[in-house]
Amino acid sequence: MKQQEEIFEYLQKEFGEETVEFYKGDVGQPWLKLPAEYLKKMANFLRDNAELRFNTLMCLSGTHYPDKSELGVTYHLHSTLHGHTVAFKVATPADQPEIPSVESIWKTANWHEREAMDMFGILFKDHPNMKRILCPDDWQGYPLRKDYKPQEYYQSMPTGT
Amino acid sequence: MIEQKISHTENGQTEMVINMGPQHPSTHGVLRLELVLDGEVITDVRPNIGYLHRSFEKYAESLGDYAKVIPYTDRMDYVSAMNQEHGYVLAIEQLLEIEVPERVEYMRVIVAELQRVASHLLAIGTFGLDLGAFTPFLYCFTEREKILNIFEKATGARLLYNYMTVGGLMRDITGDFKTETSSFINSFRPKIKELNDLLSYNSIFIKRTANIGVLPADVALNYAASGPVLRGSGVQWDLRKNDPYSIYDRFDFEVPVGKGEVGTVGDCWDRYIVRVREMEQSLKIIEQALESMPGEGDVKEAVPKRIRPKEGEVYVRTETPRGELGYYIISDKSAAPFRVKARAPSFVHLSLLPAISKGSLIADMVAIVGSIDIVLGEVDR
Repeated sequence: MKQQEEIFEYLQKEFGEETVEFYKGDVGQPWLKLPAEYLKKMANFLRDNAELRFNTLMCLSGTHYPDKSELGVTYHLHSTLHGHTVAFKVATPADQPEIPSVESIWKTANWHEREAMDMFGILFKDHPNMKRILCPDDWQGYPLRKDYKPQEYYQSMPTGT
Repeated sequence: MIEQKISHTENGQTEMVINMGPQHPSTHGVLRLELVLDGEVITDVRPNIGYLHRSFEKYAESLGDYAKVIPYTDRMDYVSAMNQEHGYVLAIEQLLEIEVPERVEYMRVIVAELQRVASHLLAIGTFGLDLGAFTPFLYCFTEREKILNIFEKATGARLLYNYMTVGGLMRDITGDFKTETSSFINSFRPKIKELNDLLSYNSIFIKRTANIGVLPADVALNYAASGPVLRGSGVQWDLRKNDPYSIYDRFDFEVPVGKGEVGTVGDCWDRYIVRVREMEQSLKIIEQALESMPGEGDVKEAVPKRIRPKEGEVYVRTETPRGELGYYIISDKSAAPFRVKARAPSFVHLSLLPAISKGSLIADMVAIVGSIDIVLGEVDR
């Protein structure tokens, strides 16, 4: 079992010191930050490395940071074999949000990524079925963005806003 | 309700697409499954969800108060509301770094485990009902009713309790809570055996569930399955044991797993029997908790006057009757959460439906959906 700091050092050793950053808030749990272009390589490494073996993706959540005009995705991984946990974030510009899909690494990402696309408009590259999941297919806008304005009419029915 | 499309595939065979749902008694809510059929054999399933979407996360972020979110968590998985609240208040307490009084911890465990029994009774009862066994359903609901009566006395509500608050509980239990709970446990124990005789080892039931919808352990982990679905596949994994929260590390209980007793490991019957055996373990936990619970104490002692966590984030997961419920909460020092994401176990389990149902018959689909025990309120949030 490894702590987040050890996993961070482990990743730095493998991919170079500039690629991974370590953050911690005033309370709560720490997280790592990865560049989007390294995401798939690192995800594969995290899953397959014998000392890490992160075999489950517990959660994948989108986030909107309006002050940085960025969209982000947070991945929470857990290894049922070693019992350790890691959280890492990937950011993408809000006007052209694109992040590689990890669906081929953890199948559970399929629906989580569709949800992030539905709610935040993040496009996941190489996702097999990048469609809205909770909202109707012809819904306008991305509800969980902080600047979201609900549409007044949906298929000529008033939405009550 | 049923819409048919017939198309010809490349080799001249016909392929039919049938909608199961959105209004269908065995979809346990408003769920539409697009079944692609070759005769009666399912070649593909496409679950369509979102019919019950109420934008829980948007509400949580825009209500302006951490505490106001708690009633909304009840409405996610409305048949195990206590467990939904438990995860949320634990997450906020971690953000605030507050300690909760012992008595509150014990009472939370007791109500959470009672809720687990009530939720499993509903899951088991309706699973039997889906497969045509009507009587066990009535037996299960009679027992579940007793738990709801206990909850009604303690909280004032029968389904959506709003009982746990950040740092404490809404109110203390009444004097006869302990005796009523113990007498429920004593009367319920023999009923589990009755249920086994009536349903679990019924040969028709076994024929409908054994070797159906087999979920191998590695697939289950890759899909991040949890709870009875994962344990049914033979993986010894329970957050109460493997990543203990609250005071679960103080209790002595076992984690039942599927062993393929009547068929293959990870089939519908295994997922079912794990739930039955978990009820016994929950009773064991409640008994221990009732015995060692401190007699006196103010349940509102640690309730903060205002909830304003420092900057930071947590991902807190708890074991609900359906599996791992995770709350990912980001605080930006304001009075409202910056981001709340609920990782619902039913959502994840429904996404693995296509992986386990290809090649089975339409009638088996009903058994598979029943065995993964989804609550659409939680899938759609």
